[in-house]
Amino acid sequence: MTPEMFIQHALNSLTLGSLYALIAIGYTMVYGILRLINFAHSEIFMLGAYFVFWGVSLFSLPWPLAVAASIVFTAGLGIMVDRIAYRPLRDAPRISALISSIGVSFFLQNVAIVFFQAIPRGVYRPEWMEQPWIVGAVRILPITLFVPVLSVLFMLGLLYIVYRTKTGLGMRAISKDIETSYLMGVNVNRVIAITFGIGSGLAAASGIMWALRYPQIQPMMGTIPGFKAFIAAVFGGIGSIQGAVVGGVVLGFIEIMTVAFFPDLAGYRDAFAFILLIGVLLFKPTGLFGARVEDKV
Amino acid sequence: MKRILALCMAAIFGFASLALAADDTVRIGVFLPLTGQNAFGGQLELEGVQMAHKEAGTVLGKKVELFVVDNKSDKVEAANATKRLIEKEKVQAIIGTYGSSLAMAGGEVSEKAGIPQVGTSCTNPLVTQGKKYIFRVCFIDPLQGAGAATYAYKTLGFKKAAMLVDVANDYSVGLSNFFKKSFTKLGGQVVATLNYQSGDQDFTAQLTKIISEKPDVLFIPSYFAEGAIIMKQAKELGATFKIMGGDAMDNPDIVKIGGKAVEGFVQTTFPYDPSMKNMNPTAKKFTDAWKATHSADKEPNVNAALGYDAYMIILDAIKRANSAKPEDITKALAETKGFEGVTGATTINETHDAVKPIGMIIIKDGKKVYEGEITPEL
Repeated sequence: MTPEMFIQHALNSLTLGSLYALIAIGYTMVYGILRLINFAHSEIFMLGAYFVFWGVSLFSLPWPLAVAASIVFTAGLGIMVDRIAYRPLRDAPRISALISSIGVSFFLQNVAIVFFQAIPRGVYRPEWMEQPWIVGAVRILPITLFVPVLSVLFMLGLLYIVYRTKTGLGMRAISKDIETSYLMGVNVNRVIAITFGIGSGLAAASGIMWALRYPQIQPMMGTIPGFKAFIAAVFGGIGSIQGAVVGGVVLGFIEIMTVAFFPDLAGYRDAFAFILLIGVLLFKPTGLFGARVEDKV
Repeated sequence: MKRILALCMAAIFGFASLALAADDTVRIGVFLPLTGQNAFGGQLELEGVQMAHKEAGTVLGKKVELFVVDNKSDKVEAANATKRLIEKEKVQAIIGTYGSSLAMAGGEVSEKAGIPQVGTSCTNPLVTQGKKYIFRVCFIDPLQGAGAATYAYKTLGFKKAAMLVDVANDYSVGLSNFFKKSFTKLGGQVVATLNYQSGDQDFTAQLTKIISEKPDVLFIPSYFAEGAIIMKQAKELGATFKIMGGDAMDNPDIVKIGGKAVEGFVQTTFPYDPSMKNMNPTAKKFTDAWKATHSADKEPNVNAALGYDAYMIILDAIKRANSAKPEDITKALAETKGFEGVTGATTINETHDAVKPIGMIIIKDGKKVYEGEITPEL
């Protein structure tokens, strides 16, 4: 392998990995606070991409405005999903909310199939995204660098919210003990609604980025990236925001480099992601950055 | 999914209540991927079937009823869907499907039940192999692979080819093997074969490797859903080689999704395209009927044409057999000769495959152009 090729592979890995990281951040934040794996995350991801598509093609909004509208819309949708599907189950065993989230996931996917149709659609990309920079034999698309930067920014923003703001204090309190938080005067429902709002906005942002990288959308587009991001989150230690970013990038490198060094195994690269998940669960269930949480009896 | 099914069922029962006793109708099942990865082709084929049904809704003085089920682009669902058509809807013949893997899964069930099934665009040879009741209105992949190889080697003068294959898909694996066989036999060399799995969206690793091997042509026997983004990513990574594909890439939206990246793309297909010159009368009628009911930006394509042909060939068999019993339809189907379809004169050979010429399509200046037919050198 020539050095140029290796750099090209590394850049491809970085983009894919950062996309995983971006999705994983949202997953992990909701989990960290509510101990809920929100399976509907991958559908919000898909809807985020669709809203931009409709915004541009149907309402002929300029692209940045469509993106902003989509993020606001999906954040609202996330809050609504929480209000309808999760809040009534707040006192129920955790597994109920988990199953409810699977239900929401299927529901949204099928609504999308009915209303958006199952056919894939091409996505508009701003001009400047289409022009690669050429350095020697290496080609860099603007989005290759844009996504990692965005992932890190979102990570820092989120860390700031969680550790430096009053809402964040509420979030951390809820993650420790939801009932005590009630007693201490935390407006639990409001804080959780904000959590879902941010989580869904992040899902939309990652869906939009995904659609920029792989410019074709369809109602099932969230499923596989969702699984991968979930693996990334588990690998990094689910609940840990930095862990999600590291996990995503590592997963991206594993997937691409497997193909790069063992081209014959290219068809089985998904298997490697899942082997990683099983390995982590077997040998270090808390992941890279996860803290061990003792369940109270 | 449930909701679509519910809607379909409601529609079916609505129609069913209009019809009288079962004896007065001919019941034809349609099983196609209406959702999932192959929904693209499935929905177009369904439209073709429905157009044909609208045009010829009766046979032998009986009304023809269509029963549509969705196989969801899933092998397990395909078998279930076929079972439902046969056991619950009691159909006398089945149309379908797009996708060889799906056709094989469903075909097992039809074969056991003794219900004739006519495939629309399932081109893998295994679909009809050793089957008494399974037919198809399309040619098979050895022919198509040889056609693509002949075109690449002889017409375009390419010596080095690479392939990017969907390992989870029988059609893709089959077609790539037939392409390779013909291409090397003609004197060419396949320098790289890389794999992926249906549903993948990132092909950068495979494409970077392929680009480093410097082939003249990349053959992608993929489905449309993946094909367009493969081409986009290839162009982004600076690929300059020609890209070729098979019939599964045939879709009116190819330019809309692929943009500049699909310029110059060449594919083999069935001999029908709205852009073709000297159309046969059936094709002309079909094209006009489509254009009358669709908006100008929705062009008919070969999948719709095959759906149309599959319905018409069954009706033709029923007429010739003068009976709508599954056994009689099967016998008449096997004897089909020179049936004038939208996709050319169709003869069913001893392996139950349609013998018809291979068409070539090139994307030129953002438009699909029908280049003409090619005779493959096997």
